[in-house]
Amino acid sequence: MARIKPVRRLPFTREMMPSDQAPLLRDYRSAAWEALQELPLPTAKDEAWRRTSLAGFDFSALQVANGKLGKKVPAIPSTAILGPDLLAGKPHAVLQASGIEIKGTSHLEKEGVIFCSLTEAAREHPRLLEKILGKIVSPQEGVFAAAAGAFSQQGIFLYIPEGVTVEEPIFGLAITPGGKTAHFFQTVIYLEESSSAIYLQETLSLEERDEASLSGENLEIHIGPNARLQIAELQNYGKEVWSFGHKKARVERDGYLEWEIGALGSGLSKHFVSVDLIGAGAETRVSGSFFTDGKQHLTYNTLQRHLAPRTTSDLIFKGALKGSSHTVWRGMIYVAEGAQFVDGYQANRNLVLDPAARSDSIPGLEILNNEVRCTHGSTVGKIDEEQLFYLLSRGIPPKEAEQLIIQGFFHDTISRFSLPEIGESFWDKIKERLLG
Amino acid sequence: MSELVIKNLHVNVEDIEISKGIDLTIKSGEIHAVMGPNGTGKSTLAYALMGHPKYKVIKGEATLDGVDLLSLAPNERSTLGLFLAFQYPVAVPGVSVANFLRTAINAHRKYLDPEDKGISIPEFRKLLKDKMALLQMDESFAGRYLNDGFSGGEKKRVEILQMATLEPKFSILDETDSGLDIDALKIVADGVNAISSEDQGVLVITHYQRILNYIKPDFVHVMLNGRIVESGGPELALQLEEDGYEWLRERHAA
Repeated sequence: MARIKPVRRLPFTREMMPSDQAPLLRDYRSAAWEALQELPLPTAKDEAWRRTSLAGFDFSALQVANGKLGKKVPAIPSTAILGPDLLAGKPHAVLQASGIEIKGTSHLEKEGVIFCSLTEAAREHPRLLEKILGKIVSPQEGVFAAAAGAFSQQGIFLYIPEGVTVEEPIFGLAITPGGKTAHFFQTVIYLEESSSAIYLQETLSLEERDEASLSGENLEIHIGPNARLQIAELQNYGKEVWSFGHKKARVERDGYLEWEIGALGSGLSKHFVSVDLIGAGAETRVSGSFFTDGKQHLTYNTLQRHLAPRTTSDLIFKGALKGSSHTVWRGMIYVAEGAQFVDGYQANRNLVLDPAARSDSIPGLEILNNEVRCTHGSTVGKIDEEQLFYLLSRGIPPKEAEQLIIQGFFHDTISRFSLPEIGESFWDKIKERLLG
Repeated sequence: MSELVIKNLHVNVEDIEISKGIDLTIKSGEIHAVMGPNGTGKSTLAYALMGHPKYKVIKGEATLDGVDLLSLAPNERSTLGLFLAFQYPVAVPGVSVANFLRTAINAHRKYLDPEDKGISIPEFRKLLKDKMALLQMDESFAGRYLNDGFSGGEKKRVEILQMATLEPKFSILDETDSGLDIDALKIVADGVNAISSEDQGVLVITHYQRILNYIKPDFVHVMLNGRIVESGGPELALQLEEDGYEWLRERHAA
């Protein structure tokens, strides 16, 4: 194995930033670039990165994926959960390093819905984009947030106008080219007052390539008063991809966010997921399901911030681990002073299926007033032997019995996926790997 | 006609010998009751026959129609026709009763015929509907998670529902009466009577005579200190109800 040259910073230069952008994007990227100059790569000394080591990843071998470096994929990879049959005829975006294609949106445009590339949004709707871009995920938050801000060639913008309910789901697919590239992209979603939408996004890479690659994404969500968003995010990268994400939502008065996260892939991934409940009565439910095997390392840092009274949050992450994989969940509920009558819940449950697999589960609470109810739970355990024996005693063979228990374990989070067929496909992917 | 034969069975739990040489033969169509005070090894016999990993058979044999049960995995024992209705069935959250039963039925079918494609959905629905009606169970049961939040009576009924759908050759009912009020007990017992036939043998494990008013045994055995010390007809159970176990303890004082 070639010796890896340690680097303190991401080895990318200003020249790798996208050019020919609208002024809004240009200013945003410049600010992100400036922020990046102040942000070295995290080490184990950084509290938020204590359990995730970036040593062993050859950053110096990477080049930023752009139109030239990222080959265009003619068809959606067969590994996709949001496959071509599902997307046919429905509003969807396919984002690649080389460009972005958006289809099936004409009927939505009549209602004032905007579903377009970030570039187009910056050109055609700067006033709207300005309200959110970089305002929810600040480039200063971390090196990968800054890098995604500075180097994103492509992004998706979804805007739902006031009072508009879009019942049909809208899909997004972000395909990372892999092959020693660093692919950065952004998703920006803005729901005006009393609007409603369902958005499902999958991130994936081209079928198995050996060379390590990086994917960095920022996701910014604004939910206006009394608006409602159901978002499902599926992480389905190949294991050569190291994935970094800064994902954050802001929910205004009486708004509701249902956030479903499913993660299967990547060699290493580190994602920050947070929800700011900024208006009274705002509510969120966040569900995560992940499965790891081999040497995968997955970390989720979740944050539920109650910044207004009578806000409710309910978060549960469930993981099953095989091989010598390692997962980390670090949760935090923060309740601000003056945010009274808050109800917050966080839980993380892990099923460790092999002796070498390891799961760290670290809940946290920071509460600055009394009128709150906040609870948390975290468990790391093996398959229950009595459950297993019970199923065996009914004639079910050991492998199938284990599978049934694992399916049951994931049932409450997977059944929350906005579309049942997505939950089923997600489970099928886990099943394949349990049998393999 | 089938035969479950247990010979000189010795079972250890955590290196302590609990069963100390049990001999028992059950034929199809027969109902046997094993009675005895708590802690004499009745449930140990049940678990050991089913193959629970904590119950180690150190000596003796158990065969079903001549096939050595003890060398088989629990799931193979089940597919061969052995069934255990648990005293404390565990909950399996997230797995519905219907999904579980269908998986079990298909496992049995596949064992008999590796090419089997599994029971069809309509066929399964009909089967489940019929068996649930037999046990006076509401259809909504099928969609509930297996034993999750079930009352004691509901759990026992679901055990009998499994017995009814899997149609074993031999069923062991381990303290099925415990925790049941008289109405629930009657429903469970009626269920057992409705499904037991000339083709099935039943072993009822209990320390109360009560259940035997509803499930009438052909043979009654008394277990003390890991051994069957007395066998007889239904009148033995009645005598125990009257006189308790003391006279047997005295007679068989080691």
